[in-house]
Amino acid sequence: MKAGSNLEKVLKAGHFAFTGEVGPPRGANVEAIRKKAGFLKGMVDMANMTDNQTAMVRMSSWAGSLILLQEGIEPNYQMVCRDRNRIAMQSDILGAYAHGIRNILCLSGDHQQFGDHPKAKGVYDIDSIQLISVVKKMRDEETFLGGDTLDVAPRMFIGAAANPFGVPFEWRVHRLAKKVAAGADFIQTQCIFNMARMREWVHQANDMGLTEKVYILAGVTPMKSIGMAKYMKSNVPGIDVPDEIITRLQGVEKKLVADEGIKIACEQIEEFKEMKGVAGVHLMPIEWEHRVPEIAERAKVLPRPQV
Amino acid sequence: MIIAERKPLDEIKEMVKDYRKVLNVGCGGCTSICLAGGQKEVMILNRDLKEQLLGEGYSPVLDGFVIERQCNYDFFDELDNMVGGYDAVLSMACGVGVQFMAERYPETPVFPALNTVFCGADRNIGWFEENCRTCGECVLAETGGICPVTRCAKGLFNGPCGGTRLDGTCEVDKDTPCAWYEIYHRLQAQGRLGNILTVKPPRQWQNQTRRSLVQEDYKQRYAG
Ligand code: SF4
Ligand code: SF4
Repeated sequence: MKAGSNLEKVLKAGHFAFTGEVGPPRGANVEAIRKKAGFLKGMVDMANMTDNQTAMVRMSSWAGSLILLQEGIEPNYQMVCRDRNRIAMQSDILGAYAHGIRNILCLSGDHQQFGDHPKAKGVYDIDSIQLISVVKKMRDEETFLGGDTLDVAPRMFIGAAANPFGVPFEWRVHRLAKKVAAGADFIQTQCIFNMARMREWVHQANDMGLTEKVYILAGVTPMKSIGMAKYMKSNVPGIDVPDEIITRLQGVEKKLVADEGIKIACEQIEEFKEMKGVAGVHLMPIEWEHRVPEIAERAKVLPRPQV
Repeated sequence: MIIAERKPLDEIKEMVKDYRKVLNVGCGGCTSICLAGGQKEVMILNRDLKEQLLGEGYSPVLDGFVIERQCNYDFFDELDNMVGGYDAVLSMACGVGVQFMAERYPETPVFPALNTVFCGADRNIGWFEENCRTCGECVLAETGGICPVTRCAKGLFNGPCGGTRLDGTCEVDKDTPCAWYEIYHRLQAQGRLGNILTVKPPRQWQNQTRRSLVQEDYKQRYAG
């Protein structure tokens, strides 16, 4: 065991992992997190706590992660490179570990220009792949990036993101390979809607032997409405929504659209359970945490394994 | 070349309005070439500033002068005899020139008339693009001659990020090409993708404290 987190144990034991996500509040509203956590409890092996996503200021991801811990949910502490330099990052990693956080997700982060402080100075001292290598170095070599020995290593299970739909498409599997080489233990992908592309990407990853070295959790987001599908298609960089998805949602009665969205998500999850090279699903139900129990039920991923 | 643009007239006016005699000094170097602070721009600024100040009840004396470069003291001789006759100096050089001027005449208030914006090249007449952030450790050899520090919005060394749009533009701006998309394609066309297949380690930033440099051949000259 590298970190001994619940996620690591679930994956190691060969179970199909199912993880969730919680966005922290735009304020110090602890109850908001507890409420979201309540829907996820017992439904997921671990839940991500996002780090100022879309560059909007929110409660810090380590603080939110601690609240998840109190609620009995294992957190995945997201850390972006936009807001802190290598000194702050290493310090936060130590602090998070000291408080019982065992998973970390290393990300570049959405550019500050998207957020509510668009002219903030971005840090980007190191990039996401370099961050992976820093966490690994701290864990496995018990040294800081600068080379000094550290007193009690943070034993984190190291996660990274991958976007199978980014361009250049041919490059994406090589980028995955770089993340694996840097030390990623697990990958959570961007929301998947284009299954054909996803199959091809996983196939390439299998061929390169990458899926033997890293656990891939496929990102699934249920479409709540036709508007959301259209918005994601044209406004969210890096997300690929094929027309079939929109057509399919348009093909059902208005009050059944959300249900159809969940149906699509469940079909995807069924396919991922069988897909060689995919070790689990990461569910990102954007502001729809209360539907997670229903989705988990319908996707037949319950009960979650006790390991 | 250093690219600059003129500050808004109001901002410049606020800096100088309380000084009766002001000398506006242009620069014949970069800011002249980028059409921000040469002979013509000195004249235009003085004309507009005078009109504005007169309109507000001031009675300024505004003179103009251009020296070949404000970033080298060899060109300051003529100015040395003039500055004493003024209450303030306005500089139309880049930030380097302004500082040199302020250092040369420590008793005289020196004000910047320009914002220094970047190191760049001419894309066309009057159209400039930033290409270098003077990081001190150039990686262009590996990136196909495309600077990731300057042209990637996140300054990634292991790009592209997950946000590149399907048409190859940057997530930040749909009119700006993604630097890493371009790096990939250029290296691929040259058969050099191997350059970016391995993880580039965190870099040791060379530009976090003020730098000075003496070229090798001159080290002897300035030693001791
Ligand atoms: S890598 Fe970019 S910023 Fe650094 S010296 Fe080269 S061109 Fe300039
Ligand atoms: S889209 Fe390309 S240029 Fe923009 S931040 Fe990402 S890698 Fe950099």
